[in-house]
Amino acid sequence: MIYLKLFYTFFKIGLFGFGGGYGMLSLIQNEVVEKSEWITVQQFTDIVAISQMTPGPIGINSATYVGYESLINAGAGTAGAVLGSLVASFSVMLPSFIIMLLITTCLMKYKDHQAVKFVLSSLRFVVVGLLLAAVLSLLSVENFGVPGTDTLQFAVSIILFLASFVATWKFKINPIRVIIIAGLFGGVFYTLL
Amino acid sequence: MLWNLFVTFFKIGLFTIGGGYAMIPLIEREVVNNKAWITKDEFPDLLAISQSAPGVFAVNISIFIGYKLKRFWGSLICALGTTLPSIIIILLIAMFFRQYQDIEIVENVFKGIRPAVIALILTPTLRLAKQLQLNRFTVWVPLLTALLIYMLGVSPVWIIAFAIVLTVIYYIYKNRKR
Repeated sequence: MIYLKLFYTFFKIGLFGFGGGYGMLSLIQNEVVEKSEWITVQQFTDIVAISQMTPGPIGINSATYVGYESLINAGAGTAGAVLGSLVASFSVMLPSFIIMLLITTCLMKYKDHQAVKFVLSSLRFVVVGLLLAAVLSLLSVENFGVPGTDTLQFAVSIILFLASFVATWKFKINPIRVIIIAGLFGGVFYTLL
Repeated sequence: MLWNLFVTFFKIGLFTIGGGYAMIPLIEREVVNNKAWITKDEFPDLLAISQSAPGVFAVNISIFIGYKLKRFWGSLICALGTTLPSIIIILLIAMFFRQYQDIEIVENVFKGIRPAVIALILTPTLRLAKQLQLNRFTVWVPLLTALLIYMLGVSPVWIIAFAIVLTVIYYIYKNRKR
C-alpha cells in the first residue's frame, strides 16, 4: 500500500515540478514532510544537504532517499526499503518521460516549419535569462560563506569562482577536471588550516 | 550506439554536482563538442524545451537527446544513464553512510567545489549570449527574464509560455501584413 502511495505522490511531484530541481524542493517538502509525514523536517534538511554534495539531479536524489527512509520508518527491511527508493525514483521520472516524448515527437515533425523555427529562435533569448537567474540564485552565502564571520572562506570561494570561470571561458578546460581540482584544493586547504 | 549513449550519460550523471544546471557545461562538452550528436544551434532549443517541460531538468535533457538519436529506446537508455549514478550513490548513503556529511574533510572538499560549480554555469550562459549577438534592445530580454525570476520569484514556466504566445502573435501579424 505504501508503495502505491509513494508512486502516486512522486508522480505528482514529477508532474508539477516545473523550473528544475530547485523549484521542485518546496513541492517535495509539502508532499512528503507536511502531508504524508513520511520523514521529519530534520531528515528533509539532511536530504537537501546530501543532494547538494552528491552527483545527480536533486529531484531524483530526494526521491531515492525519501523512498528508502519512508519504508524504514514504516518498519520495512533493507530489501523493502530499496524497492521503495526504486519506486519513488522511477515515479518522479515517469511524467517527464511521457511529456518529453510527446513534445519531442511533435517538434521533430514540425521542426522545419517557419513558425516553429521562429518561436525557437526567439526563445533562445529567454533561455539566457533563465540560466542567468540560476547563477544569481546560486551566488549565496550557503555556497560562498558569510563575509564577516567566515571571511577567509568567502575570499577563497571568490578566488575559486573566478579561477574556474577563467579556466572554462578562456582556456576551455573540461568542467569535470575543474570540479576535481576545486574539490582537491578545498579538501587540502580547509583541512590543513 | 545505445551502449555509447548509456556510458556518456552515466558519466554526465556521475559528475553533475549541484543539480540540473550544473549539467549544462558537461552536456555541451560531451554531446556538442566531443560527440557532435547535437549542433551548436540546436543546443539552446534543447534547453528551452527541457526547461518548459515539468520534471527533472537533467532527465528532460537526456530524454530529448536520446529520442533525437535513437527514438524511444534512446530516450529510455539516456534517462537511465543520467539517473542511475545518483540512485546508486544515494542508496549507498542511505544504507551505510548516514553520518557521511559530518565528516570534516568531505565538507571541506565541497566547500571548494560549490563556488567552482557556479562558474561552470556562468560560462555557457555567457557563451550563449555571445552567440546571440545581443544589441541594446535584445539584451533586455535575458536581463528582464533573469530579474523576474530572481527578484520576483516568477516561475520560468510562465515566462516561456508568455514568450511563445508573444512570438506566435508577432509571427501571425507579420505574415498578415505581407
